Amino acid sequence: MVAAVFHSPLEAPAAGPSTSATPKTMNVPAVPPVAATSVPKKPARDLRGFWLVVVPPLLGLALLVLIWHLIASSSGSGIPKPAETWAQAVQVFSDPFYRNGPNDQGVGWNVLASLQRVAIGFGMAALVGIPAGFAIGRSVFLSRMFNPLISLLRPVSPLAWLPIGLLVFKGANPAAIWTIFICSIWPMVINTAVGVQRVPQDYMNVARVLNLSEWKIFTRILFPAVLPYLLTGVRLAVGTAWLVIVAAEMLTGGVGIGFWVWDEWNNLNVSSIIIAIFVIGIVGLLLEFALIKLASLFTFEEVKA
Amino acid sequence: MNTKYIDIQCVEQTFKTRKGNFPALRDIHLTVAKGEFVALIGHSGCGKSTLLNLIAGLTTPTSGVLLCADKEIAGPGPERAVVFQNHSLLPWLTCFENIYLAVERVFSGTESKAQLKQRTHDALALVGLTAAAQKRPGEISGGMKQRVGIARALSMEPKVLLMDEPFGALDALTRAKLQDELLEIVAKTNATVVMVTHDVDEAVLLSDKIVMMTNGPAATIGEVLNVELPRPRNRVALADDPQYQHYRKAVIDFLYTRQAHVEKAA
Repeated sequence: MVAAVFHSPLEAPAAGPSTSATPKTMNVPAVPPVAATSVPKKPARDLRGFWLVVVPPLLGLALLVLIWHLIASSSGSGIPKPAETWAQAVQVFSDPFYRNGPNDQGVGWNVLASLQRVAIGFGMAALVGIPAGFAIGRSVFLSRMFNPLISLLRPVSPLAWLPIGLLVFKGANPAAIWTIFICSIWPMVINTAVGVQRVPQDYMNVARVLNLSEWKIFTRILFPAVLPYLLTGVRLAVGTAWLVIVAAEMLTGGVGIGFWVWDEWNNLNVSSIIIAIFVIGIVGLLLEFALIKLASLFTFEEVKA
Repeated sequence: MNTKYIDIQCVEQTFKTRKGNFPALRDIHLTVAKGEFVALIGHSGCGKSTLLNLIAGLTTPTSGVLLCADKEIAGPGPERAVVFQNHSLLPWLTCFENIYLAVERVFSGTESKAQLKQRTHDALALVGLTAAAQKRPGEISGGMKQRVGIARALSMEPKVLLMDEPFGALDALTRAKLQDELLEIVAKTNATVVMVTHDVDEAVLLSDKIVMMTNGPAATIGEVLNVELPRPRNRVALADDPQYQHYRKAVIDFLYTRQAHVEKAA
């Protein structure tokens, strides 16, 4: 019945902090008492924190380097050893912004060129996708109209769109941007639409009782309620865009980290490819991290639940 | 005319479900006088909230008419303010902003910004939450949130205050405190109130009229009890009052003797 939506218990948000605090103390029973009992023992606790926080990731990294080294040492693999790669990396990063003609530029320029394409393609996708998501979420008619299209187009590999881009825009750079656009628009459309559909009925009832205007509903209820979903969509979209740009640039050429990988492969400069893999990973990590930080700024306790 | 401030005639409500039509309410006739406090009581699933939503205008009846001040209730509006069971405050707005949103909607055509702010502060002061004005709903207790919800409803100066189990999710002590506050506020503002509850003591303590509903499906009004206890009412003094006991007994008798089959039916 209609009343069914009103039955979430009031205490839930109020009880949140206390319940979330309990498991925390249960998970690490040994640490807090040590900290609480005596102040002079504080260094001991810090050391324990060091062991738990800093050491495992370092061990993981060491394991990676070890496996890499073993594979590289086996004859005939052709993969450079970590030490060689490190030496190459120092050389590459000593001058990231040099320009020796259009096909020989520093790694910094290549990363910036890729980021610029992602920014343009992704920005246009956001400009189109987010309003489209709101419209599809708000209107049943539009949702039924576009959902089959989205389901059809979303699973298509982004690279399949590249020839269409080349044909229509007659240029490598706009085609790459087009590919970014088309692959990063779907997560934003879908997440925004789902967010709009999931706005609690209670909030919409408040809007109806207060008889708010559409504009007020949008700015005071819809937009803040959808924002966490929207930012998740943005995060997924940026991740996809960064995945796709490397592949797209390998095909289009020019300047860009993807092109750089392909160019170094043609030069049989494998250590540069490994450096590029690390650079791509770190830039993707930073993008993701920045957006998670942004999302947490706009997420309220009761929206998360 | 004043005795028929809210007039519900022959209302029937049927919901369409996958298993076919579900008759929720049938044959509802009810009048509420201006300034009257009416409690709707019954077992869960008996359509109390459905009836309240009809009066709020959030849903429209399958057949029948609902009038408020001689006008048909065509949709929700700020003259019939609702206090929702789970407060329904917007978590991204502060308590002040939550109330201001309502105040602004109702009075911005006729009053200055300073007056609107004053109204918001007055509403917060009415429920004793001046100190929490700049806090967000996530930072205050359940009882405080419910008080903000009540303040928001009252700030609109509604003709009718509709409350859907407003204290249902609170602990007994907080509930008693808020009931006393509500008694004071209602005495001060002389509001017309329709409140859904399943707490017998709450119904007897607060209301002038208790509307007891039969079990669903196809629930209707089983009995209407006029509570003629003098106001102001004091819960401690009333605890030993024979008249209070009599009313209480009448409601319990209806709920647990004559309408007791709800669990068996389910």
